[in-house]
This record gives sequence, C-alpha cells and structure tokens, in this order.
Amino acid sequence: MHHFIDRRANPKGKSLGNRQRFLRRARENIKERVDQSVRGKSIQSGSGVPDGGEKVTIPSRGLKEPRFFHSSKGGLRRHVLPGNKDFVVGDTIKRPQGGAGQGGRKASEEGDGEDEFSFTLTQEEYLEILFEGLELPDLVEKATVETETIGTRRAGLTTAGTPNNLNLVRTMRNSLGRRIALQRPTTKSQRDLEEQIAELEALDDRTPPQEDFLEALRKKLDGIIRKRKVVGYIDPLDLRYDTFVPEKIRNSRAVVFCLMDVSGSMQEREKDLAKRFFLLLHLFLERCYEHTELVFVRHTHHAQEVDEETFFYARETGGTIVSTALEKMKEIIEERYPPDEWNIYGAQASDGENFGNDSVRCKKLLLNDLLPVSQFYAYVEIVDEAAEMLLNNPEAGEDLWQNYREVKAQAQHFEMQRVSQPGHIYPIFREFFLPKVKGAQYAGS
Amino acid sequence: MQAAETARTPLFDGPEWTFELMEKARDAIEQIALEDLGLDVYPNQIEIISAEQMLDAYSCVGLPLMYQHWSFGKHFARDEALYRTGRQGLAYEIVINSNPCISYNMEENTMAMQTLVMAHAAFGHNHFFKNNYLFQQWTDAAGIHDYLAFAKNYIAACEQRYGLSAVEEVLDAAHALQSQGVFRYGRPPKPTSEELVAMQKVREGYESSQSVLDIWTDSTLGRDKLEQPEDASFSARRKQMNLPQENLLYFLEKHSPKLEPWQCEILRIVRMLAQYLYPQKQTKVMNEGCATFVHYYIINKLYEQGQITEGAFMEMLHSHTNVVMQPEYDDPRYSGINPYALGFAMMQDIRRICQNPTDEDREWFPDFAGNPDWRGVLRDAWANYRDESFIQQFLSPNLIRKFKLFTLTNDADLPNLVVSQIHNRAGYKAIRRDLAKQYDLAYLEPDIQVTDADLRGDRELKLTHTVRDGIHLDEEEQEEVLKHLRRLWGYGVRLDAVETASEH
Repeated sequence: MHHFIDRRANPKGKSLGNRQRFLRRARENIKERVDQSVRGKSIQSGSGVPDGGEKVTIPSRGLKEPRFFHSSKGGLRRHVLPGNKDFVVGDTIKRPQGGAGQGGRKASEEGDGEDEFSFTLTQEEYLEILFEGLELPDLVEKATVETETIGTRRAGLTTAGTPNNLNLVRTMRNSLGRRIALQRPTTKSQRDLEEQIAELEALDDRTPPQEDFLEALRKKLDGIIRKRKVVGYIDPLDLRYDTFVPEKIRNSRAVVFCLMDVSGSMQEREKDLAKRFFLLLHLFLERCYEHTELVFVRHTHHAQEVDEETFFYARETGGTIVSTALEKMKEIIEERYPPDEWNIYGAQASDGENFGNDSVRCKKLLLNDLLPVSQFYAYVEIVDEAAEMLLNNPEAGEDLWQNYREVKAQAQHFEMQRVSQPGHIYPIFREFFLPKVKGAQYAGS
Repeated sequence: MQAAETARTPLFDGPEWTFELMEKARDAIEQIALEDLGLDVYPNQIEIISAEQMLDAYSCVGLPLMYQHWSFGKHFARDEALYRTGRQGLAYEIVINSNPCISYNMEENTMAMQTLVMAHAAFGHNHFFKNNYLFQQWTDAAGIHDYLAFAKNYIAACEQRYGLSAVEEVLDAAHALQSQGVFRYGRPPKPTSEELVAMQKVREGYESSQSVLDIWTDSTLGRDKLEQPEDASFSARRKQMNLPQENLLYFLEKHSPKLEPWQCEILRIVRMLAQYLYPQKQTKVMNEGCATFVHYYIINKLYEQGQITEGAFMEMLHSHTNVVMQPEYDDPRYSGINPYALGFAMMQDIRRICQNPTDEDREWFPDFAGNPDWRGVLRDAWANYRDESFIQQFLSPNLIRKFKLFTLTNDADLPNLVVSQIHNRAGYKAIRRDLAKQYDLAYLEPDIQVTDADLRGDRELKLTHTVRDGIHLDEEEQEEVLKHLRRLWGYGVRLDAVETASEH
C-alpha cells in the first residue's frame, strides 16, 4: 500500500502564525531598526518604498533560545578527526586562538557568532511597523475621510429602456430562441422556393402536373411569407435593456500637494529634509487610500507645478512669495481635483522667509480657500541647526510662522512644526498623526 | 559491478518527472528493496512539495503539523534568508517517522533525483524507523499525527483562553529544558495514585484528542506508591518523587507547586515531542548510513537490470558522491565527521567483511566475517544498535585507516593539544572508543538531575550537574535557563556542579 500526494497546491503561508509571533516578540527591536532605516535612508524617488521588502538586522538578545550545554572551554576532551597526514602519537599542536574547543562541537550551534539576526520584512510588514499607532488626523471627527460621490452601477436587465441601453447580445439570444421555437422559416427556405417557382414559370409550356406543382409551391411561398411576417425577426418581446442604478461610491482617492520654497535660501539640506517629510506623508497616505497622486508645486516669487525631478533638484532664483504657491494649489484643485471626489492633503515646507506682508494673505488663503477643502494641512519649517531658540520656543518666529500660528488656532486639521535635522522628521511626523492629538481635541471640546 | 547491459526499457528517459513515472520507479525500487534486500517498511505516503513548503517543514523540525511558536518563525526567517541569498540549498527530501511513512520530495528534483530520493527516504529511512529498537521502544509511529494534531489544537486553545504571552512564557521555558525533557534509560516511573487522579482531571476535557502517546507513557509507569505525609524525610521524598530525576520537564509537570494544569499539559507536550525526536538524535550516522546504503544498492541494481539510463545513473552517482564526501580535518570545508560518509562507509565495509574478509577482519569480527548473508548482518545492525554502540561494535581497522582517523586530546591543563592516537594497531581500539563516545548523547549532553525538593520546607529545587572530565556548563546560557526554570518552579532553584573523578 502506498500513495503519492501532490501538496504543491496546498494553501501557502503555513508558518504565518509563527512569523506573526516572531515579529510580535521582536517588535521593540524591529521598530527601532525600522525607524532608524527611515531616518537614515536616502530617498531615491517620491515613493521610496522598499518594494521587495526591507532587510532588517536586529540584535538577537531577546531572541535567544537558551539551553543547558557544555562550555567550550576547559576540561579534558578528545576529538577524533579524519585525514591524518603525518602526525604520530605524542605530537603536540598549538592550541588554536580564540577558544580552546578545537572541534567546537558543543558550542557552535547556539552560542557565539549570533549576536545579530538578519531577515527580510515584507513591504506590508515594514509599513505596518513604521506607521504603527498612527492614524489619519480627523478620522473620528468626520467619521470617514473618504468622501462620497454618486455614481452608477449596472443592475441587471429590464424589458423597457432607452435604445442606447439596448443589450444586443441578450436581445439577439432571445430572438434566436423564439425563432427556433416558433419555427420561423428561414430566408434561405424562402429564397429556394422562389427560385423553384421562377424556374417553373420560365418554362413556356407546362404540363398539368407541373401546373399543379407550381400552384402548390406558390401557396407554400405565401404561407412562408405570412409566417415570416407574423413571427418577426426581432419582436418587442426579445428586447432587453441594461439598467443602471445610482449608487454612492466611496471615494478612496487622495492627492497630496507638496509645496516647497525653492528660493536661494533653500539649500540641499533644507530640500532633503523637506523631501523626507513629503515621502513619509505619501507613504502613509498610500496605505490609507486605494489611489494617491502627488502634485509638486514649487515657488519663489512665482509658483509652478513641476515634476518630481525638477521639484527636488532644479535650481531657481528669485524672491519669496509664499502665497503664490497657495494660489497655485487652489487653482489646481479647482481645475483637476474636485474636493467631493478627492481627499486633499497639503504639505508645505519652507525656511520661514516670506516677502513683506504676504503672510497675511497666506493666512487668508488657507483659512478661506484651502483648509475647508483639505483633510489635513501640514507646515514644516526648516530652520538652522544652530537656531535652537526657535526650536524650543514655538512663540518666536517670523511673519509667516506667526500668521500660521493664528491659522492653527482656528483650524484643527492644520499642523505646524519646526525641524532642523533628519532625525526630527519622523518624530514630528508621528506627532502630527498620533491619535493623542485627537484625544486632546476631544478633551478640549 | 559487471558491465551493465545497455538499458533495454528504461523506466524513464529525460529529466521531467510525472506521477506515472514515479509510480513505475517506485514499483521497481520496491521490488529490489523488499525482495532483494529484505527490507520491512511502513506503507509509503510520498508527497510532492514546493520550496516554500520545504522551508515551512524546516522551521518546524520537519514535522507536518506543529503548534505555533515564535522560535519556529525565527528559524523560518533565517532559513529563508539563507535560501534566498543562495547560501544554503534545500534538502531533496524530508522523511517522517510515522505510519504511514510520510516523505516529502521537492518538486524541483529531476526524475533521476526523485528515484534516488524514493530509494533513500521511502525505503532506507522507512526501514530504519520501523525496525530500529530505539524507535520501536520510544516512539509511536502510528499515533504521532494524532498527537501533533492534539498538541497544536491544545496550544491554540490555551492561547485563546490564557493569552499569547502566558502560553509563550511556558513554551519558552519548556523549550529551554527540552534536552532535559527526555527519559534516557529504562522506563518512566509510575505516577502515584494522587497524580493519576490529577492527570485524569487535566485530561477530562480533552478525551477526544486521542493522544496515544499519553496513554502509552502513563500505562508504562512504574511503581505505584502511596505517600506517607508524616514522614517528610529526605529518603521519603526521594521515594515519593522518584528522585533523582533526569527528566526535568517530567518532574516539573508532576511536582511544580505553581503550575496550572494547562501549563503542565504544555510541558507534557514539549517533552513528548522531545522524547519522540530523541531516537533520531542518537542514530544520525546509522539512519543516514542505512538510507544511503539502501539507495546506493538500489540504483546500482536498477542500472544493472537496465531499468535506468546511463545518464540518470551518472546523475544519481554524482549526487551520491557529494553526499558521502568527507573533507579532511584541515580542509576549509571540514565541519565534523559527515554522518552520511561514516554510516555509508561502515555499512559498505560490513558487506565487504561478509563477502571478502581479510585475516584482520576475521580476527576483529569473528561473529560475522565471511557470513554469506550480509543482508541479514546489516538488518540486524540496523535493528539493534544506535550510533554509539554501532561504532563501538562495527568500526573496523580497515575503515580507521581509510579515514586516517586520529585522536586529538585537548586537556585544559596542558599548554598544547596532543595527538594521542593514530591509525595504527595500538590506536584502533582507542580511536574506536573515542569516536563512539562522540556519538553518545549521554556524554555529549550535560547530565543534570533533580536531586531534592522539599515542598514542605523551603521549596527550593535542587539540581545537580554531574561534571565529567572537568567540562562545565556554559555560564551565560545556564543563567538564562535557570531563569526559565524558576518561572516554572515558582520558588528558588539551585544548580550544583559535582565533579566526578575522571575515568581515565
């Protein structure tokens, strides 16, 4: 008795439960490494997601499986080894450096050399850990961040409708069925008969039986014609129309506006910091929405929509008028992203400089036009590493900062923060999206 | 082997395997295995699996069903990383000691490899599992699947009921003591009647889980003694708790003042599996040697009979040669003695001693040198020995010379290592003894026993590590394990090292 079994089609992921337990166990360590990897990562493209997963190396401290085993040092041991070349009894060999255990049999498996443990996290797991505990800012307040639009959905067939909704396939299928059932004479049978009649008629002198036959044929033809008239090729009975019913469609599209000051005062460092922030925001939103788009708007004293490459790397000179970028964003929203179809997120990075009293204009634009249609708007001010005074004191700041502070006082889905080094980006990002922000709002309301 | 006739009607031609071809090949192998070699096997269940499933099987010590634990996830992640980066290949097969005997074959194997693997696993290992005395005594091949299913469900149920962390804590601790969770000699002692009642209670809710191993262990328990509570002297405790006790998990399960019944059951599961796997740890050389000898014999026979093509035969031999390669001690590839190489060479040597004995063989092996029934001699060896006794009994001077074995003595008191034996007449016996010792688990694994626990006194659990040859425990790991042990015992745990006089 024996048999073969093909197991290849068995469900995959048999060890998924083990993996989850493993990740849970190593959570703290993994989290630390993932955060580090994001902070230290040089971001190549706007979606610098580790596509094939991310390799992490964690200390194996918490992952040890201790056992009782013999120490590799000390004592008297005998090792039998193969391949003696020229040893004779009594030869001495210097003890190898680094531990006496020449064979090292007992210590090799669990002991030394395993202080680090490397493995690969899938993209899903990576993001899950990266954004652990983060939530969309006003998820609870608005019940859903996904706006709704009315769309239509096919809802089967009906027997009445407008011609443009005629379902040809189903109609013709019905027609064919009916024609077969009612034995509608085919065009071919009619034509054959007509030919036969014409043939007979063409004869100059017909014999009486031929006359009779002709008469019968004519009768038959009449019958066929009549029947074809009665049993139509397509009958109103056959007609089928597609129907559509209106339906609310949950809108799971999001657009992220990346606004950045590119005037001379924004150097590589500032741009790099801004980029990290945009990247995180994009990664985060990508997980929440089925479809996300990025719009890059850069500005000096005028604003332009550009592609990513230009956005981050091209040089531009000019003054600084922040409101131009906000105007541009408003324009683009009106043009391409109706707020009832798109979830709009804004992220602005700047070094805090602005021209004259333009900042007041920015405040108005934000409060009147942009914030009402956005889900969330974040402002990141990139300051000098030396400017500790600014970092520690949110009240101090230039015109733009002061005006934005007023905006923040009025709009809860507006967040602002100062950063000076890559290490700050991730924490402030977390701060923006931590549910505690919401909790505080609740406590306040 | 005489010049083989050219393959008349080979079983298969070309690398692709199909189920029909495998069926044909299996029948041909079976004929040789049963009728020529006289093997006695469990029914075979041969399963074809993918690489990912092979990795799955790896992580769960090769068992088809296993409870869930993070350490298996860790092993999977490591093996997968090694496999993906090409630093580690996967085995061609995995075979499980069960009835029916399940062997997993990789789908990537060519038809020639599938044939080789079937001969190796489905007949070689299978015969060994069914006939070796250790497996017969200590494992229940027919019940293992049911027991694994029970264990998996039980632990899943515990996780639901008591939470992942609580279960994980017990499992971690139990795993740390796994090597100390087996009975090495004789039979486990009989539980007291009080314990029988307790066990009954624990298991009442799980009657349906038909754990045959449970019933088996319980029914083979030894003395049944009613305790004398008044007499709390040391000797009474020793009698009552069957001290000294080498099976720490068993002791904790029965006597821990702290563990809940479900925690005891988890300890029991872990030690049951440790016991099930223990014979495999003791028979690596023999098990692989037996399987390798069988596949080698069978492929040669198949080739002689013209059932496989020369190409297929070459492919099999190529793989066979890789498997039985033994690098020498100074080779960078050297990582200990290859159990396949040693086992295969010893079994080939036994056949040679039966067929063409030299005077030396007659002197060393008077029992079977020149015995015409070499198959019988081998079957007897497969059935009645484990690695240590097999080497002690069958390693011939001829092989010691062939492998050029020598003994290196590493005495911490001396500044240098000393070559104490080489492959000459004076050294054969000593080398054989030293090598056998290398395979003696009782010597390799620390001897740690429970020597006392006064439940009416300070409740301290006293363990004794019997130190042999001055080899102590690894300190760091020892502390970690003791932490786990304290968690299971609930009170203090003390581990004393007792030196024994060196036997040399």
